[in-house]
Amino acid sequence: MAAVAAQNVTKIFGQGDSQVVALKDAQLSIEPGEIVALMGPSGSGKTTLLRALSLIDPPTTGQIAIGNEVVFDGERVRIDDRKLRRQRMGIIFQAYNLIPFLTSLENVALVLTLNGISNHEALTRASELFMRLDLGHRADIYPATLSGGEQQRVAVARAVINDPAVILADEPTAALDTERGKAVMELLRNLGRNQHAAVIVVTHDERMIEGFDRVYHMIDGRITNHGSEAKEND
Amino acid sequence: MNLAIRDVKYRLGRFILTAIGVGLLLATVMAMGGIYRGMVEDALSIVRAPGADLWVVQKDTNGPFAETSRIPDDLYRVVRAVRGVREASPIAFQSVQLEYGAKSIRTQIIGYRPGNLGGPPAVSSGRPLAASRFEMVLDLKAGIPIGTRVPMGRMTFTVVGLTEGIVSSSGDSTAYVSLQDAQELQFLKANEAVRNERARLQADLNANPALAALSATSLSSIIQNTNLANAILVRLEPWADPNEVAARIERWNHYRAMTTVEQEEVLAKNVIERARQQIMLFRIILLMVSTVIIALIIFTMTMEKTRDIATLKIIGAPNLKIGSLILQESLGLGFLGYLFGAVLINLTYEYFPRRVAILAFDQSVLFGIVVAICVLASLVGIRRALAIDPTTAMGGGA
Repeated sequence: MAAVAAQNVTKIFGQGDSQVVALKDAQLSIEPGEIVALMGPSGSGKTTLLRALSLIDPPTTGQIAIGNEVVFDGERVRIDDRKLRRQRMGIIFQAYNLIPFLTSLENVALVLTLNGISNHEALTRASELFMRLDLGHRADIYPATLSGGEQQRVAVARAVINDPAVILADEPTAALDTERGKAVMELLRNLGRNQHAAVIVVTHDERMIEGFDRVYHMIDGRITNHGSEAKEND
Repeated sequence: MNLAIRDVKYRLGRFILTAIGVGLLLATVMAMGGIYRGMVEDALSIVRAPGADLWVVQKDTNGPFAETSRIPDDLYRVVRAVRGVREASPIAFQSVQLEYGAKSIRTQIIGYRPGNLGGPPAVSSGRPLAASRFEMVLDLKAGIPIGTRVPMGRMTFTVVGLTEGIVSSSGDSTAYVSLQDAQELQFLKANEAVRNERARLQADLNANPALAALSATSLSSIIQNTNLANAILVRLEPWADPNEVAARIERWNHYRAMTTVEQEEVLAKNVIERARQQIMLFRIILLMVSTVIIALIIFTMTMEKTRDIATLKIIGAPNLKIGSLILQESLGLGFLGYLFGAVLINLTYEYFPRRVAILAFDQSVLFGIVVAICVLASLVGIRRALAIDPTTAMGGGA
């Protein structure tokens, strides 16, 4: 069973003459433990698809399923989208988006506390993950004093701490140099595989293409392949 | 995980500075409330100080505070004979300006018969009046120490005792003197004035052939009655009903008799009502300003966190979590501001020129109002926060 599946997902912004079709009949299906890339030029609909899959900005039509549950059925969102994201999704941003008034460790533990886990347990589990990711020495530091690479590693930790079924990453390496970008991608791949999460990475950075199971190419809101070419890039 | 506490901790310096600003505003509200209360207490202290049950004043007047009342000082003998009256004694009031060193001190003179009703309820230092002449018991507020000799009119008084917290309705210090001294202060004129008055009287007599033989000098001492008081204070027997005794005095003695409660009402309504309303209105305006300022601060604090709130929404934080972040910060700001305000006003209220009465009840009510203001103000921020589009946190790419 696919960890995440989209069928005929279309997103239209505006109405009448000012209507813009940002996403047109997008279809994808990603298995648990699979790591795929969404590639394409700016304005091709990559981030729109990511927003649609996470129900941050639900599609206009189509169907989205997470695991065996249809969360969007073409007319309405059938689930509490925030609950879906905090329990079954991990999201990574281009600009890291760590909460500035929480320490690195608290940023990660926050996701657990939002899921009803006690502060103490959340901090303990976050600490364990920090040790595994070699971030232990940065645990009590506020994000503003971390380097870009460290911030993104903390953001990755935040995305995986709740064992999500799906990890969505929006240009996670765009603000990093090649070396740090590769390190972050490596981390993401390893964690995704270990946790059997479906990982979707939006990127237009050809340098990062290694290690993806499949690559979806997008142009003008359409997915132009079905991931079949991706294996060649692997 | 409490996000509000974490945010406050992160921006502690700025939060405290903001709270101090709010505290200064709330201290002003507290001061206005204290001045309002102080004004009422000051006004009523002079009515309550003698501990009288009834005030007998000139007929058809609301004297002696709201209107002028003049009655013979020996009326107390008649009043004392009324059934139910245990004690009765005349009292006179007059405003004068004392000269003490380089200072001019406005003072409310209270003339009474020493040893009888009308004297100060308690003397905080020194002693009450013992001699019938030229002694004075002043309120601490005048700042004149015991033993000082104070010239007034043609007389010089010695300060023998001090009271505390007995002031006139306008907040002036009181000075207790004997009734005779008070009457002389009021009616004994300067030599020039006496000569002028006699000359005017003599001219009137000369103009009337039937009275031309009379001498103004001998006549003026007869026609000028200085044995006047402003009220007769009455203390009743424990069994007597004040309203019944008042009605009896009004019917048979043709004076007005007011209970102390009535006197307080007259004073509150006629003498200090406008000032009271003015302060109350100012207080309401200040509270409204505080509401707007706190709302603006909370709104700005929320706006600054737009991206963080959008991120919280994306990682799945429920609205309750986001709302409570804003509400708790708003309440924290209000609480800290209130604390600063309360400490400030408690340290400074004694230095205000007029009495500032800080009552626990008023402070509790204000605290409740501050909480309500913070909740109200946070609604503005919460509304804004809930309207934040989570996509704000993501890049602008399509």
